[in-house]
Amino acid sequence: MQTVAEFQIRYRQILNPEGQAVAPLPAFAGDADELLKMYRAMTQVRVFDTKAVNLQRTGQLGTYPSSLGHEAVHIGVGAAMRPEDVLAPVYREFGTQLWRGVTMQEILLYWGGDERGSDFAVPRHDFAWCVPIATQTLHAAGAAMAFKVRGEPRCALAYIGDGGTSEGAFYEALNVAGARALPVVFLVVNNGWAISVPVAAQTAAQTLAQKAIAAGIPGVQVDGNDVFAVREVVAAALDAARRGAGPSVIEALTYRLSDHTTADDAGRYRSADEVAHAWSLEPLLRVRAYLQAAGLWDADKEQALLEESARAVDAAVAGYLGTAKESTDAMFEHLFAALPARLLEQRLMARKYGAKSSGH
Amino acid sequence: MVEAIALAHGWEMQHDDAVVVIGQDVGANGGVFRATAGLQERFGKDRVQDTPLAEATIAGMAVGMATHGLKPVAEIQFMGFLYPALDQIVNHLSRMRNRTRGRLTCPVVIRMPHGGGIHAPEHHSESTESMLCHIPGIRVVCPSSPARAYGLLLAAIRDPDPVMFLEPVRLYRAVRQEVADDGRALPLDVCFTLRAGSDVTVVTWGAMTLETLRAVAELDHRGISAEVIDLATLSPIDIDTILESVAKTGRLVIVHEAARNVGVGAEIAALVAEHGLYDLQAPIQRVAGFDTVMPLFRLEHDYIPSVQRIIDAVELTFDEARDDQPDMSADS
Repeated sequence: MQTVAEFQIRYRQILNPEGQAVAPLPAFAGDADELLKMYRAMTQVRVFDTKAVNLQRTGQLGTYPSSLGHEAVHIGVGAAMRPEDVLAPVYREFGTQLWRGVTMQEILLYWGGDERGSDFAVPRHDFAWCVPIATQTLHAAGAAMAFKVRGEPRCALAYIGDGGTSEGAFYEALNVAGARALPVVFLVVNNGWAISVPVAAQTAAQTLAQKAIAAGIPGVQVDGNDVFAVREVVAAALDAARRGAGPSVIEALTYRLSDHTTADDAGRYRSADEVAHAWSLEPLLRVRAYLQAAGLWDADKEQALLEESARAVDAAVAGYLGTAKESTDAMFEHLFAALPARLLEQRLMARKYGAKSSGH
Repeated sequence: MVEAIALAHGWEMQHDDAVVVIGQDVGANGGVFRATAGLQERFGKDRVQDTPLAEATIAGMAVGMATHGLKPVAEIQFMGFLYPALDQIVNHLSRMRNRTRGRLTCPVVIRMPHGGGIHAPEHHSESTESMLCHIPGIRVVCPSSPARAYGLLLAAIRDPDPVMFLEPVRLYRAVRQEVADDGRALPLDVCFTLRAGSDVTVVTWGAMTLETLRAVAELDHRGISAEVIDLATLSPIDIDTILESVAKTGRLVIVHEAARNVGVGAEIAALVAEHGLYDLQAPIQRVAGFDTVMPLFRLEHDYIPSVQRIIDAVELTFDEARDDQPDMSADS
C-alpha cells in the first residue's frame, strides 16, 4: 500500500497560563492601547455574564447560556474581524458581539424573550443567535458566496461548538466552502462539553480541526484561553480568505467554566477537580499577568475597571427592564413584508385576547 | 410548461443582477427536467451554480446569500429529496424576517418537481405540500399551466419573502401553450377561476386541474354546471374567492393528488365550514390521494384521483337522499 494523503494539525499558543510569551509576539501586541482594549472587553463581558446569570436566578431573565471561560476566544475573534465582515454566532459568543457593536441591552432583550434583541442597531449585517445546532455554518457559507459573487472583499465567520461538529450541516458547510473556495472561517469552540457529553464521546477524531482535512481545507488548533494566539490565528485565516485563498477551520481549545445554560447543572456529570484545574488556565489571568509585567496594569486600574464595567451593566439592565413588551401585532407584522389578508382576522383575535402584563 | 419556467428564469436574470440560480445539475446540464436550460451559458457560472449534492446546503446557502444581497432561485431535484432541507426552511428561511424584526430577510424561491404520473422511480412522485403549508412565513405556490408557471414564478422571484414553488411533473411536457415572454407576473395569494359555473364549486391545483377539467366537461353533458377554481397559492389560501363561489353554487368539492389526511383540502373544508356553512346545500366532498404510501409506477394511476372519482364525488353532492354513500366506517 502506498500513502496517498497525509495531514498534520498544528497548535498555536503565544501566552502560557502564567502570562509569559512562549512564541514571537504578533504586531498588535506592540500597541498598548489595543491590548488594554482587549483586556477591558474580556472583563466587561465577564461582569455582564455574572449579572445575566443573577438576573435569571432572580426570575428577571429567561434561560441564559453563560460565556464564562470563553472570553479569549470571543474577544480574539472580535478583534481579528473587520466591521464589514459577517458573524454567524451560535448563542454564547457575547464577547464577539459586544466588540462588534451589539449592546448588552439587546443581548438581555433576546434572552429575556423579546425578538427586538435580534434587531441589532449595529452591526446590521450580522446573523442573530442560532439555536438549531450547526445550521449557522451554512448561512456563513452562503454569505461568503454572496461576497464572492458580488466581488466584495468581505469574509464570514461561523462559530460552532465541539458537539456541533457532529452535525451533518457542519460537514456540508466545510464541503461547499472548500469546493467553491469561499471566504469563510469556521471557528470551533472546543470547550470540552456538549451539555453533558464530553468530546471523547462525541467523536473518535483526535482533533476537531482535522475535520477540515476531509473537505480539503486547512485546519489548525489554537489555545482558546490565549487571546493573543486566537487573534493572531483568526486574523491570518481571515486574511487568507479575503485574498481568495479559501476557507479554513480553527479549533480553539478552552473550557466551559459554567453550566451549559442556567437550566443545566454540570455538577451531575463532571468532577469538581476538573473544573478547578480549568480555572487555573482561565483566560483573564494570563493576559492580566502579561499586562502587569509590562507595567500596563495594576490593582487600582483593575478595581476601577470592575466598577466601570458594573456601571455599564447596570445601565443595560435598567434599559432592558424598562423596555415594555411589544404589542401582540408584533407577532404578525414581521412575518412577511406585507401581512396576507388571511392573517388579519388572527391579528384581531390576538389583540382581543392578548395578555396585558408587562411580560418580564 | 418546463420551457415557460426556463423563460421566466431568463427574463428575471436579465433584468435583475441579484438573481442567481443554484441547485444540483442546474448548470451545464440545465436541470434534470431542463427547467434551467441555457442559463449558465447566458449568465455564467457565478450566477448559475451547480451545488454539491446536499439539500441542506442548498437551502442553508440560500439563507446566507439572500440575507447578503442576492436573490437565490434554488432547485431541489425532486420533492422527495426536500426533507434534508426542511431544517433550514422551518428554522431559518421562514423565520428570518420575523425573528430579526425585519433586519434580515430572505427573498428566496425554492423550486421542486411535485407529484407523480410520469413513471418515475421510488421517492420521485410524492406530493407533500401540506407539510410546507403548515410552516408560517413562507408561501407555497403550485402552477397549473405554462402561462401560470411563467407569471407565478416571476412573482415568486420578485416577492421579498420565501416562496416554495411546486411544479407538477405531469405538466412539464404534457401541456403545451404559447407563453408571451413579456416579464409580466401574475398575482400571488389569489385563486384563478378556470371555468365559471353555477351548480357546484370544484377547487383544485397543479396537475389535478387536468382530471378536474375533464370531469366537469362530462358533468356538463349531464346538466351539472361546475365552477373550477385553481387554488394556485396553497398558502396563504385565498378563501374569499372560494367562499364567493360557494355562496353562488351551494356545493363544494376539493380535489388534490396529495394524501387526504391533514391535506390542504382539509384546511379549505374547515374554512368553508367556519365561514360559509349556511351557503352549503350538501356536505363538502374531498377527492384526494389515499392515506397510504405513493405506490411505484404500476399502481400510481390507481392512487392519483381519476376523472370518474371526481364525477362521482360531484354527483354525491346532488344526492338529496344520500343513502347510497359508501359506508366509510366499515371494512367490508
